Amino acid sequence: MPPWLAYAASGVSLFAVGMSALVLHGEVMRKILAANVSASGVFLVLVALARRAPKGPPDPVPHALVLTGIVVSVSATALALALVRQLRHGAQLGPSDERRR
Amino acid sequence: MRGVPWLELTILAPLCGALLGLVLQRAVAVLALVSSLSTAVASAGVAVLVARHGTIRRSVGAWELPLGIQLRADGLAALVLVAFAVVGVFITAYAMVHFEPGSRAARSFFPLWLFAWTGLDALLLSSDVFNLYVTLELTTLTSVGLVATGGDPAALSSALRYLLFAMAGSLLYLLGVALLYGAHGVLDLDLLGAVVTRGPVTWGALALITCGLALKAPLFPLHGWLPAAYASAPVPVSALLSGVVGKCSLYVLVRIWLGVFGVPLGRAPAVLIGVLGAAGVLWASIVACRQQRLKLLVAYSSIAQLGTIFLVFPLMGRAAFAGGAYLVISHACAAAAMFIAAGTIEQVVGHDEIDRLDGLAHRLPLTFVAFALAGVSAMGMPPSGGFVAKWLLVRTAFELHEWWWAAVILIGGLLSAAYVFRVLRGAFVPAPITETIRRSRASDLLALGLALLALALGLAPDLPLALAAQGAPS
Repeated sequence: MPPWLAYAASGVSLFAVGMSALVLHGEVMRKILAANVSASGVFLVLVALARRAPKGPPDPVPHALVLTGIVVSVSATALALALVRQLRHGAQLGPSDERRR
Repeated sequence: MRGVPWLELTILAPLCGALLGLVLQRAVAVLALVSSLSTAVASAGVAVLVARHGTIRRSVGAWELPLGIQLRADGLAALVLVAFAVVGVFITAYAMVHFEPGSRAARSFFPLWLFAWTGLDALLLSSDVFNLYVTLELTTLTSVGLVATGGDPAALSSALRYLLFAMAGSLLYLLGVALLYGAHGVLDLDLLGAVVTRGPVTWGALALITCGLALKAPLFPLHGWLPAAYASAPVPVSALLSGVVGKCSLYVLVRIWLGVFGVPLGRAPAVLIGVLGAAGVLWASIVACRQQRLKLLVAYSSIAQLGTIFLVFPLMGRAAFAGGAYLVISHACAAAAMFIAAGTIEQVVGHDEIDRLDGLAHRLPLTFVAFALAGVSAMGMPPSGGFVAKWLLVRTAFELHEWWWAAVILIGGLLSAAYVFRVLRGAFVPAPITETIRRSRASDLLALGLALLALALGLAPDLPLALAAQGAPS
């Protein structure tokens, strides 16, 4: 098996592991972690696919995609964690009493 | 006219409004209105350009394909852009009535809504599979934030649930994009469409991308997150999610099918999507009939309407395509009108339980007229945008000799008549007027305006349909 294929295959397995944990686990923190594991799997696949020729330089586009993907993934994780924190602290922003009319 | 960068402006106008709104919090509502109106003007500019010159392409930052990113507006994009901008202006105006000026809810709603709009316009104008991913994420993350502006535990937990579903969906989609790029080395929809062939990679990418978008759209049976999210969000958020933002995953799916998968993979996967869409229509309509709360009823009705739009996949062809586009824009008006009416009812009587609305129509006549008129479009009765859309779909079904799709659309229409009349029946029962109620005439007028737009789409369909036909599949 060529090395890039090994990387791509482990990326796909990481993705599958994360995705199944995301579906099967009930606990929210586990789900968020699972989504991150799964995202790492996708990024690994992209980086592995960046290899074009045996000796040539790698394709830069997938690296750019991975960077963007990481930004999206971090933002989504941050949002999820913020929501979990709000829920656990029972913080009320309370717009319902701020309604007019 | 040609010199003005209308495409870029449709993205920049809401973006500037959102950024300024974060800084100038006192003036956030006015800023939002100005930026909504500017976005609407820019969207109209795009539509005029497309109607005159056909599909427009712009290479962002002058980076050419295949490395650069293109903005592209064809007839479908222009039509949806304009329709969403009009509904968007109504929703901004309604939010100005709904939220206390300067309140915390208003300060978080307006910038988030404008960010969502930025993502939405960028998504409508995207022409490559990765840019569609990024813009879809922008729109989804801001929508999750919008649901959470409700602030109570129900809103927060439904926002979290929505986010987890969306994360799973976007990862599936991204892996599909990785497969496509690995096999073909391009991301642009047109370039991909030219090189994609039938094969295991294409099937894998198709399955991943379709599942991911079906989770986000949502397509039956993956809709678990939607009713709670729509029903627990503040009313302007429910209106904009159900009317506008909730269509974007479906739009991406249509784009990718038209551009990439439609031709090489044949009809089987499209029929599968159609079957799930049809199941969604029937199931969600029946569940809508059994709801106790008005906002949940409208939420399930939205799932049913989305299911109907999914029928364009098995019926794919010029007429069905136009019908799907038409259903998107008429439902955008009707759903927003229904949610605003439901919100007015809830604010006035303090609840939205359908069985306790007796006699309310005499006290809130405009509200119920708006709800009923929007209901006419949801049922697909003439004269309404919903009728034109469903007629185009039904006609295509008969042309293909596949009457069962037509049956699903007609049964869905009958069931929506059942749940709309169930709301109206109680409300129009004569009841003594016990107290005078404070109500907002402005929100009634906005709901009525949206409902009348849905009707107007049925009376004057030529112009929008001609626009949708620009660059449509033959």
